[in-house]
Amino acid sequence: MVRKWRWKFALVSLLTTVLAACGGGSATQAPTTNPNRVTLTIESWRSDDQKVWTEQIIPLFEKSHPDIHVEFRPTAPTEYNAALNSKLEAGTAGDLITCRPFDVSLGLYTAGHLTALDDLPGIAHFSDVAKSAWQTDDGKTLFCLPMASVIHGFIYNKAIFNELGLTEPKTVDEFFAVLDKIKQDGRYTPLVMGTAEQWEAATMGFQNIGPNYWFGENGRKALIDGSAKLSDAAYVSTLKDLARWGDYLPDGFEAVKYADAQMLFASGKGAIYPAGSWDISYFNQNAKFELGAFKAPVAKANDQCFISDHTDIGIGINAKTAHMAQARTFLEWMTGPEFAGEFSNALPGFFSLSDYPVSLKNPLAQTFVDWRKQCQSTIRNSYQILSRGEPNLENELWRISVGVIDGTFAPEDAAQDLQKGLDNWYKKP
Amino acid sequence: MLRPNKSRPRWHIAVFLAPALLLYSIVMVFPLLDTLRLSLFSSNGESFVGLSNYQRLFTDSQWWPYFWRALKNTVLFFILHMVLQNPLGLLLAALLDSKNLRGRSIYRTLLFSPTMLSFVIVGFVWQLILSPTWGIAPAISEFLGVRYRPWLGLESTSLPTIALISIWQFVGIPMLFFMTALLAVPQDILEAARVDGASAWQLFWRVKFPLILPTVGIVSILTFIGNFNAFDLVYTAKGALAGPNFSTDLLGTFFYRTFYGFQLQLGDYAMGTTIAVIIFLIILFGSLLYLLGWQRKVVTYEL
Repeated sequence: MVRKWRWKFALVSLLTTVLAACGGGSATQAPTTNPNRVTLTIESWRSDDQKVWTEQIIPLFEKSHPDIHVEFRPTAPTEYNAALNSKLEAGTAGDLITCRPFDVSLGLYTAGHLTALDDLPGIAHFSDVAKSAWQTDDGKTLFCLPMASVIHGFIYNKAIFNELGLTEPKTVDEFFAVLDKIKQDGRYTPLVMGTAEQWEAATMGFQNIGPNYWFGENGRKALIDGSAKLSDAAYVSTLKDLARWGDYLPDGFEAVKYADAQMLFASGKGAIYPAGSWDISYFNQNAKFELGAFKAPVAKANDQCFISDHTDIGIGINAKTAHMAQARTFLEWMTGPEFAGEFSNALPGFFSLSDYPVSLKNPLAQTFVDWRKQCQSTIRNSYQILSRGEPNLENELWRISVGVIDGTFAPEDAAQDLQKGLDNWYKKP
Repeated sequence: MLRPNKSRPRWHIAVFLAPALLLYSIVMVFPLLDTLRLSLFSSNGESFVGLSNYQRLFTDSQWWPYFWRALKNTVLFFILHMVLQNPLGLLLAALLDSKNLRGRSIYRTLLFSPTMLSFVIVGFVWQLILSPTWGIAPAISEFLGVRYRPWLGLESTSLPTIALISIWQFVGIPMLFFMTALLAVPQDILEAARVDGASAWQLFWRVKFPLILPTVGIVSILTFIGNFNAFDLVYTAKGALAGPNFSTDLLGTFFYRTFYGFQLQLGDYAMGTTIAVIIFLIILFGSLLYLLGWQRKVVTYEL
């Protein structure tokens, strides 16, 4: 079955390449005056961003690099992994490969499809957290350049906050005090989230507020090296917090889907929305009121804060590219400030991972990215290594987070359950 | 017939059978055998492991409880269809069969039309109807004096709710089967019964029902096969993780997650095909039981 699919994909991709070459040949060659001009192709699943790449990012690069032409060639997100695999195996894949985080890209590197990038000039501008998604398990080799991350936090309706005289909560106690006030007022849903699709509870709930309890990267790495357990106090406290959310969510939140919650908040019926930064562009277009954002609350005022700054997208070089030097030039450019500014502004909510200061035109996105200055970044703790066995930790976090919020599980039992699942297969290195 | 003609082999039989046989082999037999083959290999497809994937599915604490839950849910899903959908189909067919009813074809078309809708639309429409935020269900249940709950989202009610939606969608199929069978009941027999003084109730249970009994068997086995393959409605309404807490996980969604992977869970071809083979065996065994235990024993009246 698998082999047959690969053949089919190879055939289809071959056909499309041939067709594209026949049809679009003249258009791509037209502006070339330099006979040595080389064309690089980017493989990507971000078909939503095609316009941004072809109209903004690539022209910017070509202005300073007239002898390199870049084409953005996306595949549908659900087909990307399989299609890319078959193209790589058939030798028809593009020169630059957009990388999913962690195991999928690690698999490509182990299979020899991606080149190591440790000696790429400019790589020093990326933090260890940013690089962790595209490194070998021993952390010695980097095979994709970190491109963008998404940050978690809470978006709120400023009109409602002003009306009720509320201020942005900084501590957990303040957070629940604010929620209580909104609830007492009774006109607005305090916290707008559903649990019907399960991932919201884990991603916008657990991974959003949790890093402050397990101290970000420290806690995440301690889980991997086995010195911490999911049944520890940090995780029980996170789940206990989450369990309290149930009282403030919309009526029937058990059947409220992600899009329902987005619409509910955008229509002005709710006060606070547990968010991923990718929600920013939706609310900018659909919410007719002023938006603010605050980060996940900490236990005591002035505590060190941690934010989930999750590495979501990277880019690597096809090991078999015919234009290795040019591909490296492009990636090197991507490590610089020009790309960081253009990318983060064109796609508000997806933040460049280099350490160049970026000024964003979107104030809400700026608020999110400013948290990086005060807080330490971490990624979702289930993504690296810990979701390789059965039961899958990420799936378990979805199930458990929902169960804790709707009252099916007690936080203590739920934490025990998570650890039991991990113990079932995970052997520390 | 059974004695072959000595002079010429009957090539035309093979020629006529070939296209269908070829097509069926390519799209049905070959994938089935390949599935069976994959289930006997390790997850990377490299080494032959015999039946150990099956052993894992039935004994490993990471597989058996999940499989068992999916199986129990599927059985409940099937029972709900047998208890509600098929009797309802029979009732509707009996009502539509009555000669006094006006606008029969309109009712028939209306009742059958959900069957022709895509499950994506059915799933979407019912989620909207039942939605706590936008749906009309909260208002209707208030009007009826029933306490509204987010039925699709609660662990205790989500599977029955999905089953009811599926019943709503597919009730037209048993209805149509029973209607066709009822139409085939000869008028003279019914008249003879009426002359003998049978009431409408007696007419149905003593004359019509025994005559359509073979159809009951066919409808049951089709329901069985359909329900044990069910996947799409749960997938559209609840996603592949079949929440909350796996309460809507059917064998179909369990297979899907295992074979194709989900979110960070990578696809496992060996265990996926193992589950697929078990589903196939359950359906095969059920169908055989029907063929040997019911179809051969039930009296089919030649009229």
